[in-house]
Amino acid sequence: MNTIWNKYRYLLFRRTTQIGLLFLYFGANAWGWTILMGNLSSSVLFNIVPLSDPYAVLQMIIAGAALATDVLIGALIITMFYLVVGGRAFCSWVCPINLVTDAAAMLRRKIGVDNFAKRQPASRNIRYWVLGLSLLISFAMGVAAFEFISPISMVHRGVIFGFGFGWAAMFIIFLFDLLVLKNGWCGHVCPLGGFYSLVGKNSLVRVHHSEENCTLCMKCKVVCPEQQVLYMIGKESIPVLSAECTNCARCIEVCDDDALGFSIRKLVNDKKRESNNENND
Amino acid sequence: MASYPNEDHLYEMKNKTQSDRRKFILNMARGVGITALGGFIWSAYVDEVTASQLTLRPPGAINEVDFLKTCIKCGLCVEACPYDTLLLAKPGDNKPLGTPYFIPRDIPCYMCPDIPCVPVCPTGALDEQSVTTDGKLDINIADMGLAVIDRETCIAFWGIQCDACYRACPILGHAITVEYNKNERTGKHAYLTPLVHADACTGCGLCEKACVTEKASIFVLPREVAMGEAGSYYIKGWDKADEKRLEDASEIKTTTEISKETAMDSLNSDSEDLY
Repeated sequence: MNTIWNKYRYLLFRRTTQIGLLFLYFGANAWGWTILMGNLSSSVLFNIVPLSDPYAVLQMIIAGAALATDVLIGALIITMFYLVVGGRAFCSWVCPINLVTDAAAMLRRKIGVDNFAKRQPASRNIRYWVLGLSLLISFAMGVAAFEFISPISMVHRGVIFGFGFGWAAMFIIFLFDLLVLKNGWCGHVCPLGGFYSLVGKNSLVRVHHSEENCTLCMKCKVVCPEQQVLYMIGKESIPVLSAECTNCARCIEVCDDDALGFSIRKLVNDKKRESNNENND
Repeated sequence: MASYPNEDHLYEMKNKTQSDRRKFILNMARGVGITALGGFIWSAYVDEVTASQLTLRPPGAINEVDFLKTCIKCGLCVEACPYDTLLLAKPGDNKPLGTPYFIPRDIPCYMCPDIPCVPVCPTGALDEQSVTTDGKLDINIADMGLAVIDRETCIAFWGIQCDACYRACPILGHAITVEYNKNERTGKHAYLTPLVHADACTGCGLCEKACVTEKASIFVLPREVAMGEAGSYYIKGWDKADEKRLEDASEIKTTTEISKETAMDSLNSDSEDLY
């Protein structure tokens, strides 16, 4: 029992927050709850606190919208939050698409797709290109470009307000991740993930690796949706400093050797280490 | 001398940097190519979905172009609507995705006096000022659209008595009035036909909901779609306020070959110089 708890506690927490948030939003529309109203694009907490998607707000500003203060305050609150806990904590703890892509990744491991599709034909930097492109199109077309195609808000709105053909977006992403590209959507394409990677550059909550405990079993790398951030496994005792880490904590759970765990980043020391590391590369 | 690499090595290094450079340029070109292709499809799609003009927006909505910029698609207005009038566009609805709209024939806007859908808007896409008179919310000045009557299918224009839309109108007697006219066909009956007044109509759609014909013969369209525009050069001379526009009117002068002479000379010249 204890081992099951140790192996799945963060996964359980994550699923609880993901589904719990969806449930609160759903309840607001279906039964008039006032805990969390709206959706991930913009919402109101307890009828007072505005919360808004900073990436959507950025696109809208670039598109030339004159925005009211509520949405700006909301975007600021969310940005501050993810500046501390790590931008991409959104991806693994809040985003509903994570449920879909995690399911695809699990099935991929179970049926062994990776055994015959070893090569990853795409760069993980695509997301930054898509991010740039979204801002460019927002500017040129005068509307928030990603918000019109975002499968994230499509699915999220779908759960709260009814799906329409929104289920198709979910299904396409599932198939894409399962058959075309491992961690394809979340790990390569999604500009919101790219945006939050940039937001979380200096965040405090980090996964820490202690090399002395590591037995090089590489279970962490198998399960990690952003493997490149775990380059230090078995080599160096340092925190995972790449902001592309989603703080999903699956690596911590699968590790049998207590070689990974959450810690608060020591900004000064780690900054130095980061720059040293870059120099060594 | 021994510390220098030999010539072969140098050649190899040069080759390597050259192929690295080529690879880099190729990768960049590939990135730009894919980005351009993606950008083209993406912007074509965005252009397509935002082109629809026949969407009825909640009360207080700013003009459609700005609305599409400003609406963050959070659905707070939809949640605030007590009648489930407002919907959030789903994929397949053929409306700009995620934006709020309503279909009056299904559920019209019941024009709540406290307009719960407007103050909740976090971005200002629904503008509280536009539905406020003297510091108080006033749904009667909302402008969601304009009711339009199809005189061909409206049975009142056939001579059958029906005032369903007139009775349903929440601004009874102002937004829709009934006109009396003699029915020349029978010679002894009257036509009682509805007439919409654009200055009072809010576009709530209660008339469209109430219309008795199979497909509604009175229906709400966004005002920009339903109305024409006279342009600035026609002035209502009998309207003091409209005539005021003359005061700051500017002259546009065109100079051509015949402008050398006065208009009078030009007219008296048998128009020879025109040919």
